[in-house]
Amino acid sequence: MTGAKALWATLANHGISTVFGYPGGAIMPVYDALTFYPEVRHVLTRHEQGAAHAAEGWAKATGEIGVCMATSGPGATNLVTGLADAMLDSVPLLAITGNVARHLMGTDAFQEADITGITLPITKHNYVVREVEDLPRIVAEAIRIARSGRPGPVLVDIPKDIQLAPFHGEIPTPHARPEISAPSTESIERARSLLLGAKKPVMMVGGGALDAAAEITALARAWDIPVITTLMGLGAFPSSDPLWLGMPGMHGSVAANRAISEADVLLGIGLRFDDRVTGRVNGFAPNASIIHVELDAAEIGKIIRTHVPVRGDAKVAAAMLTQGAQKILTPEWKATLAEWTSRTVTPETWGAGYAVKAVTERLSEHDILSSDVGQHQMLAAQLARFERPRRWINSGGLGTMGFGFPAAIGAAMAEPGVRSVVIAGDGGFQMTAQELATLKMYDIRNVKICIINNSFLGMVRQWQEMFHEKRYSEVWLGDSNPDFVKLADAYDVPGYRATSAEELPAAIDAWLNDPKSALLEVVVPHEHGVFPMVPAGAALYELIETEPGRTPDLSDAMEHAAEEANKA
Amino acid sequence: MTNAQDQLLSLLVRDEPRVLTRITALFGRRGYNIKSLSVGTTEHPGVSRMTIVVHGDRGVVEQAIKQLEKLHDVVKIIDHSLEKFVDRELVLVKVAITPESRVEVRQIAEDFRSRIVDVGRHALTFEVTGDEGKLTAFIEQMRPFGILETMRTGRIALTRGSNADVPSHVYHEGETEALKPVMEGVEAREERARGVPNLF
Repeated sequence: MTGAKALWATLANHGISTVFGYPGGAIMPVYDALTFYPEVRHVLTRHEQGAAHAAEGWAKATGEIGVCMATSGPGATNLVTGLADAMLDSVPLLAITGNVARHLMGTDAFQEADITGITLPITKHNYVVREVEDLPRIVAEAIRIARSGRPGPVLVDIPKDIQLAPFHGEIPTPHARPEISAPSTESIERARSLLLGAKKPVMMVGGGALDAAAEITALARAWDIPVITTLMGLGAFPSSDPLWLGMPGMHGSVAANRAISEADVLLGIGLRFDDRVTGRVNGFAPNASIIHVELDAAEIGKIIRTHVPVRGDAKVAAAMLTQGAQKILTPEWKATLAEWTSRTVTPETWGAGYAVKAVTERLSEHDILSSDVGQHQMLAAQLARFERPRRWINSGGLGTMGFGFPAAIGAAMAEPGVRSVVIAGDGGFQMTAQELATLKMYDIRNVKICIINNSFLGMVRQWQEMFHEKRYSEVWLGDSNPDFVKLADAYDVPGYRATSAEELPAAIDAWLNDPKSALLEVVVPHEHGVFPMVPAGAALYELIETEPGRTPDLSDAMEHAAEEANKA
Repeated sequence: MTNAQDQLLSLLVRDEPRVLTRITALFGRRGYNIKSLSVGTTEHPGVSRMTIVVHGDRGVVEQAIKQLEKLHDVVKIIDHSLEKFVDRELVLVKVAITPESRVEVRQIAEDFRSRIVDVGRHALTFEVTGDEGKLTAFIEQMRPFGILETMRTGRIALTRGSNADVPSHVYHEGETEALKPVMEGVEAREERARGVPNLF
């Protein structure tokens, strides 16, 4: 047995069924050994970035570790964006890279890059394997680290001579799942007493609580406490429930942002108070005592002053907090929330918002909805309905354009029986459009691509409109965009197009009913912003309200926001 | 910075490649201000010890500790603001001398209980050990004669072995965390790495 075979044996032992990757010189022994391990399926993407995002999509859909693989140098550096993305969104990911042989390391050899140095700040941990005896142990440990506690990406870099070296040791079996850390009963007690005295309670749920969706839902209903789900937490609480107030933050709902601003007790579970959620920090939940349930101690008190820190697993904490619950929703608070909720408007006129609404309305709660990054992402987060966790896949922390399509492929391969729909913009889709070939190669039939084409880098354009006096610098794509239907056709992927509200329903029908994976291009007007919006530097209560996908007259609001930001 | 002051941390780390880079990169990335850092081996093979002086207010240091705790190679962190400790620093100072100043320079050095480690015709090199204040005072005393070169080790610290005069909130009833055998963490890690059940 060689080091390369020991690698595959270890992966197989850990139940890894699929690896997304791209071969090259320094990882060839691993690809050679792959032929002896049919129990592991390798998916050849068209770019290593596609492999990393596909592995992320796999992990985000299943909650299990995703694995990607690349050669040294440029192959390894092409994984960097995916690793950074996984780090910020706490995605369990294992990246295997080849490297030049040990005697060449440090000599600027052909295709040599110091990938462990490069990825130091964007991995939970990383390794260079220096002896073949260590390889299986390190891979097993990397998998354990990626999955345990707050998940994250771990990279293992294997020099080529180690891949070829003879290996005589044991192939490790998986580490036992680490113990779940339960919060202290004192902290739960303090949280409970705060809730019992609350007049205007609100619960805020983030991506760290996705796997505690059932407990979160039980907790909310037991206390009768209104729930806000962050961009990463969408699906942790059913949006059909009357207690749901929507998403908070920069493009959050009126109800969510007003509720945070008015609340006297805010119970946050599995979130890190990202700046896109809080708005101006000193204007965030100004009247609230904050309970922060979080596994990663470093997140408690990092951004927001916490009155009751509860350190532990979201599932356990939510279950503990459900005990001794009393209904605390007062008629006054309920009425206030109802008034705010009624200010949720749906887009009536033709545009990106209208299209996103029409597409997402057609999906069932079992379908996986991925998105790329930009206006269409915020519109999907605002307008789609999320009934269950791990059915919404997007790049939250890093905001990676090009993420959506490969992630949807990864999710589709993890769950072949489920429809994997991705909404992308004309800009972002072109960053990883080469993965159309991956659809063709593996005859993947359950990916549905929807491109909202407004001929602009829409989100940048919106900011230029609001903050740069409409100087539209380098955001116009219209003259150079491909014919997306023809592009899909080049890869034997059926394409459909709609250019108006009248054409849209039939086009969606044809696109969804096509037995193969298919692409739908929706051509929408150029000039729309995403609203409601909290301008950068403003507090949540200073949000600009209007219907999603419509640009209001901003002059007064912007002036006000600028004044407030200066005051801060 | 409000209430910013020097705070002393000791870290026990696994002796792995890049562990120093991981720690300094973390400080750099998060904008914590390292005033000094010294590293050395310990009585346990495979474990190194660092003393880091961080300049910042309490909140910053607490956040730094929490971020450091997440690093896989960090076995243990001792926050010396919670523990009685002893600390020392060593400096080598090369002072210019003339026939006229020679005696006076040596006299000052003696007052500081400093040792001469190198004698030249135009310079003497002194070794001084002590706390930060003493070293700074020594250097200032020598400045008028002309300092040619200095090098300081940075502070190193250990918790005190006796609990007698330590505030009770640190120790509660039993022993301090800082005095627990450090190998527990390391051994547990090694055992986990070998797949042996952790008996601790």
